[in-house]
Formats: sequence, C-alpha cells, structure tokens
Amino acid sequence: MSGDPIYTEMIIEYSRNPSNFGKIDNAHIHQHDANPLCGDTIDLYLNIDDNKISEVKFDGHGCAICMACCSVLTEMIKGKTLDDVKKFDKDELLSELGLEHLVKTSPVRIKCALLSLKSLKFGIYSYFVDKMKDSESAGNLNEEAANLY
Amino acid sequence: MQSTADAFEDLRKDFPVLNRRVRDDKKLVYFDNAATTQKPNQVIDAISDYYQNYNSNIHRAVHALAEESTEAFENTRDIVAKFLNIEDSREIIFVRGTTEGINLVAYAWGRDNVKEGDIIVTTEYEHHSNIVPWQLLTQEKKAQLKYIDIDDNGELMLDQLDDYLSTGKVKLVTFSHMSNVLGTISPVEKIVSKCKNAGVKVLIDAAQSVPHMKVNLNEIGCDFFVFSGHKMLGPTGVGVLWAKKEILEKMSPFLGGGDMIREVHKYETTWNDLPYKFEAGTPNIADVIGFAKAIEYLEKIGMDNIRNHELELTKYALEEMKKIPGLTLYGTKEPEKRGGVISFNFNDVHPHDVGTIIDKDGVAIRSGHHCAQVLMEKLNVSATNRASFYIYNTKEEIDVLIAALQNVAKVFKL
Ligand SMILES: Cc1ncc(COP(=O)(O)O)c(C=O)c1O
Repeated sequence: MSGDPIYTEMIIEYSRNPSNFGKIDNAHIHQHDANPLCGDTIDLYLNIDDNKISEVKFDGHGCAICMACCSVLTEMIKGKTLDDVKKFDKDELLSELGLEHLVKTSPVRIKCALLSLKSLKFGIYSYFVDKMKDSESAGNLNEEAANLY
Repeated sequence: MQSTADAFEDLRKDFPVLNRRVRDDKKLVYFDNAATTQKPNQVIDAISDYYQNYNSNIHRAVHALAEESTEAFENTRDIVAKFLNIEDSREIIFVRGTTEGINLVAYAWGRDNVKEGDIIVTTEYEHHSNIVPWQLLTQEKKAQLKYIDIDDNGELMLDQLDDYLSTGKVKLVTFSHMSNVLGTISPVEKIVSKCKNAGVKVLIDAAQSVPHMKVNLNEIGCDFFVFSGHKMLGPTGVGVLWAKKEILEKMSPFLGGGDMIREVHKYETTWNDLPYKFEAGTPNIADVIGFAKAIEYLEKIGMDNIRNHELELTKYALEEMKKIPGLTLYGTKEPEKRGGVISFNFNDVHPHDVGTIIDKDGVAIRSGHHCAQVLMEKLNVSATNRASFYIYNTKEEIDVLIAALQNVAKVFKL
C-alpha cells in the first residue's frame, strides 16, 4: 500500500529493527512508562556525561508507531546537551517520521507516538530534581510532560 | 418462509448505524460487540418518546406524567424478571452496569460478611471489574484473594476450586459466565454445585452471557448475578443486579439518599423495601425504559436462535482464520464451548497496528488488553485483537475481516 499516512516504509522498518533497543545497567536515568489504554510499556535508559547524553537505549512492548518514535527519538538525542533536550519539541519528533498529522487525525494514536518523549521529559525532570537537587534547571518539564497529549 | 440467515440479515434495517460509511466510504463492519452493541430504532425511539411525551421523575408525584413514567420504569423490572425466569421482580435492582453491580455487592454485602483471613475466589479470566473491587475489599479486611487459573485451552482448572473450598475459609466465589477475551463459557453448573455443597456464596458476572444465550436464573442457583444493558442492544447506563430476596433484605444499603428510605429522622433512618433500598436517587429512567425494548427485541428473535447464529459465525470465522499463516488464536478450539468472541494475534504485529490498518477497510475490532490484564499476563502478551459478533453480523462481513487481515500482512511484509 503506497501513500499510507501512518505505515510508511520507514515506520515499518523501525518497528521491525528498532534502533538503540536494549538496556543500560545502572543507567543515570531510568524511566518506565505505560500507556494505560493499550498496555504499551517502555523503559528508557540514559547516561549523562558532561551534561550531554552519552548513551541512550530503550526497551519495551509497543505498536509500530511507538517503537519507531522511540527509535528516532533516541537517535536524535544522542550526544545532545541536556539543555537542548529540555527544549526538544514534539513536532521535531513527529515530523522526522511524517506523523505530524496524527495530532489532528488520531487522538488515540498520538499517545503511542509521544509516549517516548513523555518518558524522556519525566526522566530528565527526575534527574535534575532527585539526583542533582536542582529543581531550578528542572523547571516545569514535568508539567510539560504531563500535558504533552 | 424466510431462511434463518435471511431473517438475521433482515433485522439489519432496524439499526441505523449499520448503514453508515466510515473512512474512505467503506461499509461499516462492526465487530466490537463485546464492548458494546449497536441499538435498534425500537430502543432509540422509546427513549425519545419518553423525553418527548412523558418525561417526569418516578415514584414521588401523583400527576399524570409521573404515573406514566413510573409505570414504564417498573414495567421494565417485570420484563427483566420474566426474561431471566425470576418469580419476584423485587429482586431486580437497576444499577449503572456490571461494574456498579459488582461494586455494590463488594461494598454492601462484602463489608458485613468478609472478615480477616477469609477467602474470596475469582478467576484468571476476569474483567478488571471483577478483580479490583475484591482487591479493595480483601485489602481493607485483611482477607485473601485467590485465583482459579486457566489451562492451555483457556478453561478453568476446577480442582483448584476444590482446594480453596476445602480450607473452609471461602466466603464468595465470583466468576464470569463467559470470558470477554477468550469467549470461554464457564462450567456454571459444576461451580455452583461445588459452592452450594460447601455453603459458599456465588456471584456470576453475566455481562457476556445474558446478551448471547438463554439464561434461566431459577435453575442456575447462584446468589448474585450481574449484567449490563448496553451489551445487549440497550442504552448505556443501565445494568441489573439480581440477588435472592433473603440476601438483599439482610444486606446493608449501598448509596444513601432519596428513594431508598422509609423514614428519615435527624439521627436515624429506616430503609425502604426492596428493590428501592438499593436504588438511591433519581435513576436512569429514560434508559431503563429503553432497555425494556431491547429485551423485547431479543426475545422476539429468540435467545436460542441468537446463540445458534453466533455459533455459525464463530465456526466460520475460526475456520477462515486458521487458514491465515502466522495468526495465533486464543481460547478453546471447540466452538460449542465458546461464545462469539475471538481473540487473536497476527505474527508479532502489535494489535494497535492491526486495528488501525483494518479500520481503513471499515472493520471495527478491539485491540488492547480488554480490561483483563491478569489474563494478558497469563497469555504472556501485552494485548490481543478481538473480534466479537452479534445478531446483525454476517458471514460476508467475516470475509471482509479476512481480506483486511491480508492487507496487514502486506503492509508489514509478512
Ligand atoms: C465480562 C465483563 N464484565 C464486566 C464488564 C464491565 O461492564 P460495564 O462496563 O458495562 O460495567 C464487561 C464489559 O466490558 C465484561 O465484558
């Protein structure tokens, strides 16, 4: 089927062969999240060195959209500074996969797409607040994460 | 004379939504009936008729409208009682649905009767609504919650029930008459007779059985029985709790307020008679009245005919689905032991992706955990696809589903 607005070659390919799939033992950030509607779960692992994301992996169960978004997100943030990642916008992620339309067309599937970004924002928030005791830098990332979709 | 298949085909005209086109002008194939069924004009019209012609609160006024609405409301109670073969319609309590019915029993009966160390037995294939209320109760009372596991066929392992009963601590056994995921029909007679021999109360979650098969409550012999109107052509927001009068009379009330009282003084209140003691506040009058039409509609077709029609569809669907490589079917392979519910997975394609792709062909199925995460854990999956049938479904629609599934294989290059 050509021209499918969701199931593009790229999404199918990522869902079959996700990038950065796996686990980091004793990661600096480990964030678990689930989508209560469909039972999708992901675990996101990040290591931070020099204020940069030196290593990132994820694992879990999810649909093709969820897996593709996790893959692309982890690819996009690797090597970025925490400040950059804090500002990371959902449109950046969605447009990378051509999924911007989901915001309007599918209030259900947008949750699959953005579970990864929501976990990332929550994870970084807890890293600042709990590990670095720096709630100023954490800002309102938690609210941003909660209101992502 | 019309053939039975034609007769079923013919009733589609009563369901306006079935004429609808979805997505790219595709005919709607509605296979999400275990979640909720569509409503016939007879039900929709009865609800409008109430609002247009005799809308009024019930039980409390003497004017003409109130008399008409009270009569129509109470008439439904009688229709439900007859439908289930119950002699005393005062044993029929209207609730919001199965969930509220089970919670009512857990709260009002459970709190008075379950003590520390007691056991409540449920099963691995329950809907969350028949698990969570019992978790809340057993945690509060320091009682225990135990599960009857299922075997590889998706059937209950009843020897575990014997073990639980032999402890002498079981207060209640609660299980679904038919699993909403596997379609397995529970061996009701066996379970009830074991429990009766042990003097243990039985609750049946009939949300998936009453809509699809003849149920004779007079013969079953359970103590509590709960189901939802919206899964049997009725409106949302109406369900039924039935319990034996002796039990209901001894039970504490659930919600306090208007209608459930006999006399209220500053510091004490006496309860109204059954069933009103359990129906506090203004009930869902319009939808209860609409629900009567749903039951009449089903009875006109005949519950045995409905069961046979669904059995035909299920057999056909199972046969056709078995032919698709990479498709995993859950539950018993014997159609007679199951209702018209088929859960499946397709290779390792996530059910949400399957659901979205076949939705483009107009096919509505359910993808997810179906409010049965305990069962998902057992099956070792996070979700399944579920197609569930009802009176208006046809073999041609199953062909559409099969073709749509072949599309999934194409998209995912399986
Ligand atoms: C077996 C079973 N029990 C309980 C329920 C809950 O019913 P309701 O949502 O109408 O309260 C359902 C419906 O999803 C069900 O299938």
